[in-house]
Amino acid sequence: MAKHILAALVENRPGVLARVANLFRRRSFNIDSLSVGRTQRDEMSRMTIVMESDSAEADRLVKNLYKLVDVVHVDHLHSQPSVVREMALVKVKASSENRREVIQLCDIFRARIIDVSAESLVVEITGEEEKLENFTELVRPFGIVEMVRTGMIALGRGGHTLKDEGFKPNRSRAAARRNVL
Amino acid sequence: MSDETTATDQANEEAGTSTDAVVLTGAEIVCECLLREGVDIVFGYPGGAILPTYDALTKYPQLHHVLTRHEQGASHMADGYARATGKVGVAMATSGPGATNLVTGIATAMMDSSPIVCITGQVPTGAIGSDAFQETDVTGITLPITKHNYLVTSIEELPEVMREAFHIARTGRPGPVLVDIPKDVQIQEAEFVYPTEPIELPGYSPPRAARARQVDAALELIRKSKRPIILAGHGISMAGANRELAQLAEKAQIPIALTLLGKGAISEHHPLCLGMMGMHGGAEVNHAIQQADLLIALGMRFDDRVTGNLATYARDSRKIHVDIDPSEINKNVTVDVGIVGDLGEVLSQLLDRVERRPNEAWFDRIAEWRADSELREIVRPADAPQHPAVPEGKLLGAQVIRDLFEFTDGEAITVTDVGQHQMWEAQYYHHERPHSLITSGGLGTMGFGLPAAIGAKMSRPDQEVWAIVGDGGFQMTMMELATAVQEQVNVHIAIINNGFLGMVRQWQEFFYEERYNQTPMVNPDFCKLAEAYGIPTVRVSERGQIEEAVKASRSQTAGPTLIDFVVEKEEIVFPMVPAGADLDDMIRRPTPEEFEQQRRERAVAAKAPEPQTPESTPPESKPSESEEPAAAAALGSRFGV
Ligand SMILES: Cc1ncc(C[n+]2csc(CCOP(=O)(O)OP(=O)(O)O)c2C)c(N)n1
Ligand SMILES: [Mg+2]
Repeated sequence: MAKHILAALVENRPGVLARVANLFRRRSFNIDSLSVGRTQRDEMSRMTIVMESDSAEADRLVKNLYKLVDVVHVDHLHSQPSVVREMALVKVKASSENRREVIQLCDIFRARIIDVSAESLVVEITGEEEKLENFTELVRPFGIVEMVRTGMIALGRGGHTLKDEGFKPNRSRAAARRNVL
Repeated sequence: MSDETTATDQANEEAGTSTDAVVLTGAEIVCECLLREGVDIVFGYPGGAILPTYDALTKYPQLHHVLTRHEQGASHMADGYARATGKVGVAMATSGPGATNLVTGIATAMMDSSPIVCITGQVPTGAIGSDAFQETDVTGITLPITKHNYLVTSIEELPEVMREAFHIARTGRPGPVLVDIPKDVQIQEAEFVYPTEPIELPGYSPPRAARARQVDAALELIRKSKRPIILAGHGISMAGANRELAQLAEKAQIPIALTLLGKGAISEHHPLCLGMMGMHGGAEVNHAIQQADLLIALGMRFDDRVTGNLATYARDSRKIHVDIDPSEINKNVTVDVGIVGDLGEVLSQLLDRVERRPNEAWFDRIAEWRADSELREIVRPADAPQHPAVPEGKLLGAQVIRDLFEFTDGEAITVTDVGQHQMWEAQYYHHERPHSLITSGGLGTMGFGLPAAIGAKMSRPDQEVWAIVGDGGFQMTMMELATAVQEQVNVHIAIINNGFLGMVRQWQEFFYEERYNQTPMVNPDFCKLAEAYGIPTVRVSERGQIEEAVKASRSQTAGPTLIDFVVEKEEIVFPMVPAGADLDDMIRRPTPEEFEQQRRERAVAAKAPEPQTPESTPPESKPSESEEPAAAAALGSRFGV
């Protein structure tokens, strides 16, 4: 068992997210996180899929993703040098007595405080998974009111890019595309 | 722009359609696209949301529409049509209930990789999501049972979507594609520009030839093998690689086992063809697979019905797997060499360099297993000495198939339903040509037989087509008799009427201590039913009547015919690998000697006051870790027929 990070370039067409999500369910793949967003090209979205599994299972997922017509390219990011980040927003209880302590922790983690109220702070923290986990453990004693994480996103370093050459957007299709996931 | 217009005009001319009418409704565009895809028949059923397209069909007499009696029939007919030729079959239905009725047929086509395109009407775009009358999310429903599907949201994308749908359905590993078209898109008008540039789908490029390194690795395994066997599946005929398969087997002297859908991959009369493998496959075939030192799996997917217990499956063998779908490699069975590619190309690559191998010792072993099977064989020519288990004066379903094979010269396209009769057809109707057996293998869909046979006959009017159906499955789609009559489709229907959901009854006999719960059926008089439709019909209840009945059916060359074969109720399909048991752990019919021995023992036991021991279990029939309860206990209870 290991953590597998897959990056998938998909056509920005209606229903593509449902297709991918349905694949996870239908063939019982257990996914840790999935994040989806636009890319530098209007016609494409990029998904980052994280799963804890053996490599045969990850391989099976890659092959099944490729079976989806809307999936253009899939890469196993752990097999190449890559940068991985995740962001969390954490609302921490902070009264006037302990606010200082929380702020100190944020400084150490290079987290940013983006909202302050009498009772709490909202902290924005970015980094690899471990850093986020360490941070939340340390602020837990103060009281975490609520939090949200984006799921991981990742890019290959330097020349390691997901192939999208040969992809020609189609005129009539582009009209119907309108960023519908 | 002018270039494009010329190209379109040219395409229009080629398709034999007018060049000047460039502004068309969405519905007309659908029809134009169907024509350009070479469609001649559409199977369907009208309704509100698809009405504009039905109206447009009146302007396109080249598109013959077949009115089915249920949309399930339409999707099975499109499937049968496709399987008989490899051309894409087309089914059409309205939104909501029309679309959901297609679902069983779509799932059936998906499991057996059959190329069909389903066109459904949808409520107008503005109403989608509002639970409008007869709205259903059919693209959502069919997401996991289509190769791909589309909800068309504007008339501009319609031509391209239609083109892609056919392209995806027929290329690579074929499969069903659904196109859902809202009513307003069918009504809108737009300039019809048929795209002529090659289809470019960045996320879709079916593989072709294999990598040289993998071919080398496969050849090396073949060279080293002493007991090789080819497992040929549906992929062979779909790729049209039948000749290459025969050449490879002949050149390297490797025997061939067939999956159910692989029947027709090579002539079953070919000396290297062993016959069908799996749950009801030949015992000698399953033994050969279990004892092999090399499996060469070609266009098959190691379904649980052919492998049995995976943990003990062909344990001593290396494995080569060739398939066009990469996700099939290492899915159920881990292989030594996985080759992704088109079978025609890959087999040619192998053929060039494969060497002849002396496999005599291997063939001798297979011959021994086969001789043992022949001893147990129950279906023999009527004038040959019969196995003692054959009851006097009773008609067996298996005999019907064997004789049907003889009296149709083995040349018919047979289309089966699902159950015991399907397995008898697989065992006793030996096919010579590709696409000559059409059966629901993957999904095992009862009700498939009759409509698929109608579709097959309309696809191959030059061929004799027999629908071989059970009395249970026939009643699931028998309303399509009316379709066959209305269209005057010359399909011959053979009902193997055992008064039971026979295959389920067999499982109840073996694994549920003969509790025949909900498997006996009170049937209508099928001959009277046929007469109500004006269909020529006859009932057969003795073996001696088969020939004449088949002849009479064959002499009818227009419209359907129906024979009601009233057969022995409690016949068993032998051999049988219980679900989950080891592949060579088969329940066998006893040899004549064993049978007599058992008969004597039973007679003695009947006289004795109280038998102390449980019934004796005949040799070779001790299923071990099967999924079914009480398997072993039930085995000795009743053998033969
Ligand atoms: C739609 C559907 N429902 C249920 C089944 C389960 N099933 C498999 S075989 C069978 C019995 C078929 O009976 P019949 O059509 O009379 O054929 P026989 O086995 O008697 O030849 C059943 C119920 C199925 N395959 N398909
Ligand atoms: Mg029956």
